[in-house]
Amino acid sequence: MLKINNITMKFGGVVAVSELQAHIDKGEIVGLIGPNGAGKTTVFNVVTGVYAPTSGTIQVSPDDKLVDITGMRPDKIAKLGVCRTFQNIRLFKDLPVEDNVFIGNHLRLKEGMLSSIIRTPSYVKSEKEMVEKSHYLLEKVGLYELRKEKAFSLPYGQQRRLEIARAIATDPKLLLLDEPAAGMNPQETKDLMGFIREIKDEFDLTIFLIEHHMEVVMGICDRIYVLDHGVLIAEGNPYDIQNNEKVIEAYLGVE
Amino acid sequence: MKKTNNKNLIKQAIIIVVLLVGLLLMNLFMDSYQIRIINLSLIYIVLGLSMNLINGFTGLFSLGHAGFMAIGAYTTALLTIPPDLKVVNFYMKPIVPFLADLNMPFVLALIMGGLMAALFGFLIGAPVLKLTDDYLAIATLGFSEIIRVVIINLQSVTNGALGLKGIPQIRNVFIAEIFNVKPQINLLWAGVSAIITVYLMIRLMDGSYGKALKAIREDEIAARSMGINLFKHKVMSFTLGSFLAGIGGGLLAVSLGTIDPTLFKFALTFNILLIVVLGGMGSIKGTVFAAIVVTIAMEGLRFLDQSMDLGFLVTPPLPGLRMVVFSLILMMVIIFKKDNIFLTTYTKVRGRYAKN
Repeated sequence: MLKINNITMKFGGVVAVSELQAHIDKGEIVGLIGPNGAGKTTVFNVVTGVYAPTSGTIQVSPDDKLVDITGMRPDKIAKLGVCRTFQNIRLFKDLPVEDNVFIGNHLRLKEGMLSSIIRTPSYVKSEKEMVEKSHYLLEKVGLYELRKEKAFSLPYGQQRRLEIARAIATDPKLLLLDEPAAGMNPQETKDLMGFIREIKDEFDLTIFLIEHHMEVVMGICDRIYVLDHGVLIAEGNPYDIQNNEKVIEAYLGVE
Repeated sequence: MKKTNNKNLIKQAIIIVVLLVGLLLMNLFMDSYQIRIINLSLIYIVLGLSMNLINGFTGLFSLGHAGFMAIGAYTTALLTIPPDLKVVNFYMKPIVPFLADLNMPFVLALIMGGLMAALFGFLIGAPVLKLTDDYLAIATLGFSEIIRVVIINLQSVTNGALGLKGIPQIRNVFIAEIFNVKPQINLLWAGVSAIITVYLMIRLMDGSYGKALKAIREDEIAARSMGINLFKHKVMSFTLGSFLAGIGGGLLAVSLGTIDPTLFKFALTFNILLIVVLGGMGSIKGTVFAAIVVTIAMEGLRFLDQSMDLGFLVTPPLPGLRMVVFSLILMMVIIFKKDNIFLTTYTKVRGRYAKN
C-alpha cells in the first residue's frame, strides 16, 4: 500500500527525518511512535505532499499499481486515496458539521462549477449521494444530531471524530491519523480504539497512525515503527517494541 | 422531498415576480433622480456580490475590482455606441477600423463586457493567485492600476483620457408609452442582473463548489489535504468574480452614459469593499442590504459636501467630507463589530423581540 524508500527531509541544517525506510501492507494498522520532535509528523507531511522530501521516494498502490507520489501536490495525493487527519485539529471551523464532511466528498465530484449552478440532473444526483454519504458518516461517528452546529462549537473528542469522518469522506485507501487520541480520557481512548478497528473493516482501510498513548499503539497496531531524532531505531510487532532496549532508551534515557 | 422543492420553486418565483413588478412600478412613478439612485444600488448589488465571492467566500484579499469593472464598462460602451457617435468621440485620434463599425444590442454587449473581464481575470489570476494575503492585495491593486493606465494610453481604442461619451442609455420607452409617462432609465436591466447574480450566488454557495471555496477560506492546508485543488478553485472563483464585476461595470457605463479612466480609480474598489465589509464577508443577504443602504446614504449625505449653516457659523463647502464620514464608519465597524454589522444587529433586534 505504501512504500517509503530512503526518505530524508532537511530543513536548512536540521535533519528532521533521515534515510527512513518503511512499508505498509494492505489492511494493516501500523503505528509510528517516538519521543517529541522525533520527526513523526514530518513523515506524515512528506507522505501527504505538504513537503517534498530532500531525497528518497514514496510510492503508493491504491489499486495494485505502484504510483510514485514523491513531491506530488497534496490534492493529487488525496485523489489517489491517501488522506489524513491533523495533530492540531484542522477543521473548517466556521462551517456546519455536515458541511465539513460534505467537503470531503468534493474531490470525487465529476461535474463542473457551471453545472453546480445550473443544477443539471447529474449534478443533483451526485450532490444527493454526497449528502447521503455525509449523513451516513456522521451517524457512524455519532455526530448526526449535531450536524447543523458549527464545527468549532464541538468538544475536543467530537472534533477529532469529525476530522476522521471528513477524511473517510474522501474515499481513502490509506488513512493517516496524526495522534487521534491526543487529549482524550481513558474511556474516550478505549472507544476510539474500537472505532478505528470498526472503520478499518467497514471502509476497507489501511491505517498509519502516530500516537503517544501506548495503550492505543500496543492495542491496535499490527506493526510499529519507532523514530528517534529522525532515525528509525526499531521496527516490529508491539511485543518486540516493548522489549526493545533502544526504544526504552529513547523514551526513558540511560542511567 | 419533491413537494417542498416545488413549494420552494413557487415561493422563489413569487418573490422574483414581486420584485420585478416593484421595479416596474418604481420606474413609472418615481422621478429620474430617485430612479438613478435605485439603479445604482442595483448595480452595486452585482458589484458587491462579485467582490464578496472573491474576498468574502473564497478568502482572497483582492483589490483589483475597479480594473475589471473598467474592462467591462469599456467593452460594453464600445460595442453599443453607434458608429457615427464613435467618429465624434474619437476626434483626437481615429478609432481602430476594427471597432469603428462594431455594434451590437445592449444585452450582447453587456455579456461581452463580462466575458472580457472574465478573460482578463483569468489571465491575471493565473499568475497572481499563487500569492496570498497582503501580497495578493498589492498585486491585484497594481493590476487594476495598470489596466487604468493602459486605457489612458490606448488612445485609438479607448479614446484615452477623453473618455467615451454618448453611451446609449436604455430607457423604458415602450412601457412609458403605454402608461403615458416620460421615459426613464429602465431599471429592469440592472434589476434582472441583480436578481440573477443573487440567485447565482445562492446556488453556487449552496452547492459543492461553494462549500469547497469556503473550505479554502477556512483552512487552505486542510482543504488541499482533502483533495481540493486550491489553485483551480481560486482561479474559478476569481474568474467568475471578474465576470460579474465586468457586468457591473457595463451596467454602470450604460447608466452613466459617459465613462473615463478617472472613474475607475481605487476609490471605486473602496466603495465596493465598504459594502462588502459592512454587509459582512461571506454574506449574500448582508451584501444586498448594504449595497442599497450605502448607495442611498452616499446620496443622502451629499449635504455634508456643501456649505452648511450651523446657526452660529457657516462652514465653507467641503467636497469629499462625505467620503471621510464613510471611511470613519468603516473604521468604526471594523474596530467594534468586526464585520457583518447589519446582520448582527438584525439578529440581535429580532432576538430581543422573538424571546417573549
